[in-house]
Amino acid sequence: MNIEGLTIEAARSAVVERRTTALELAEACYERIHKNDPQIGAFLTLSKERALEQAERMDRLAEAGKPVPPLGGVPVGIKDVFCTRGVRTTAGSKILENFIPPYDATAVARLEAAGAVVLGKLNCDEFAMGSSNENSAFHPVGNPRDLSRVPGGSSGGAAAAVAADMAVVTLGSDTGGSIRQPASFCGVVGMMPTYGRVSRYGLIAFASSLDHVGPLARTVKDAATVLHTIAGRDPMDPTSAEVPVPDYLAELEEPIRGLKIGVAKEYFGEGLDAEVQKGVEAAIEELAGLGCEIVKMSLPHTEYAIPTYYLVATAEASANLARFDGVRYGYRARNARTLSEMYRRSRDEGFGPEVKRRIILGTYALSAGYYDAYYRKAQQVRTLLTRDFDEAFKKVDVIVTPTSPTAAFRLGEKVNDPLAMYLADIYTVTADLAGIPGISVPCGETSEMLPVGLQILGPHFDEATVLRVAHAYEQARGK
Amino acid sequence: MKVREEDVTYVADLANLELTQEERCRLVRDLNSILSYIDRLNELDTGKVAPMAQVSDRYGVDQSKQGSERFAYASRDDIPLGLRPSLSRGEALANAPQSDGTFFEVPKVIER
Repeated sequence: MNIEGLTIEAARSAVVERRTTALELAEACYERIHKNDPQIGAFLTLSKERALEQAERMDRLAEAGKPVPPLGGVPVGIKDVFCTRGVRTTAGSKILENFIPPYDATAVARLEAAGAVVLGKLNCDEFAMGSSNENSAFHPVGNPRDLSRVPGGSSGGAAAAVAADMAVVTLGSDTGGSIRQPASFCGVVGMMPTYGRVSRYGLIAFASSLDHVGPLARTVKDAATVLHTIAGRDPMDPTSAEVPVPDYLAELEEPIRGLKIGVAKEYFGEGLDAEVQKGVEAAIEELAGLGCEIVKMSLPHTEYAIPTYYLVATAEASANLARFDGVRYGYRARNARTLSEMYRRSRDEGFGPEVKRRIILGTYALSAGYYDAYYRKAQQVRTLLTRDFDEAFKKVDVIVTPTSPTAAFRLGEKVNDPLAMYLADIYTVTADLAGIPGISVPCGETSEMLPVGLQILGPHFDEATVLRVAHAYEQARGK
Repeated sequence: MKVREEDVTYVADLANLELTQEERCRLVRDLNSILSYIDRLNELDTGKVAPMAQVSDRYGVDQSKQGSERFAYASRDDIPLGLRPSLSRGEALANAPQSDGTFFEVPKVIER
């Protein structure tokens, strides 16, 4: 069976109707991985035993004519920041190079309970810190559309795997844009739901108030299907919301005529590449053509989002990464004579440069004398940024923006300029800070054939409208 | 605010990082560059703005209740389930760099 362009529905129905088997699908993906992944670098670990066991389980159900679950036989990849029991999980870091988790992340467990076949663990920036996957301690990932360019980050492997047809859907995480931006660079769909919509249990924490779990997929419908599977309250994550999960697929096809689409001027200013702007403006025209009302508006505090993010995220990261100390798991420096030396050398030798940079920045922002000027100030600006969205959503249903100011840049282009790298997140971090949902959908290409992403943002817990608008646009644009 | 090498050393101590000289120098440069960009936050008057520690503060904070009962979203629903098995000792020690089968072993804590 040809796995190129395969959707969840096509894969599952083929398994149910026995036109193929889950085993064949998994093997077809592995063949593709063996052939193409040496050039791309999307996977860090393959979990063949687990995958084939699950595939056989699904095939037995299909053979017996028993009900096959919603993701039965669908090959998926998991970003390596999610714990997978018995399968090496590195967070893209040398400090966890040999870590074997004793439990599954809730999102992974829910995917498998729904019949998904976990092919393996996907490469990412170390501890999800990065916008290009170049901070992986192992190797970078090439953009399947142009291997000399980055796939985006930090879920670079997750985006590349979908773009290169090595998996049907993948699971990623988004703290400052890490699902949406790589989706946009690779020409796939990437959805970040509302904060707390999906349990973070088993997600190796970067910034606890900013981390989000979400899918990357070929189509909006597939993203909606995965979201429905993984969303919902989890007692193991007290920040997971008590809000019931709607049937996202039921409303997906509803027409979007009459919806108010906000266009904020701050997302179309300096720094935005002309071709990206053209692509996004054409998409807005398309939405107007579908009967939406385009409303010009302002999100006045947008320019303060990056500094706010890099204080809040790094401060939280400095606390979350304190646990990597060589005691209970992970890398331990050799021949340390004292406990203190063991901590300090394990961490300095185990962490990469970007991680250390962020730990230092975060610790500085929290240290006595600087806490008010930096961390507390950032928390106050976070309130202002969130209020911008609260006010906006009183007047519009969704807001559309470019996902990223440029298309995929070249490998090595921004590695020596941390600030330039940080500015790649300029359109995505606002949603993480406010905790609102956002999706990136492909909306065309630049003259160099590089994908451009359209971002659609919605109010808290209104994933249904975000998905509806995204789906309508995707259908209108033609796949 | 200009960051000096002593500041980076002090912060690295707090963060338990043994930095090399080269790393220290690079970090002084990087920190100064990043912090000078971050300084623009001072353009905003936040005198009367409440800090936002987390998004979930908005999810059903019941102002009529007291203490932690206000935060319904952070309920411990696992408590009614009662005490139940977590990780076995073997599982918990499985990733230990050094262990005697019962404890995690580390270099001496106190210098004598």
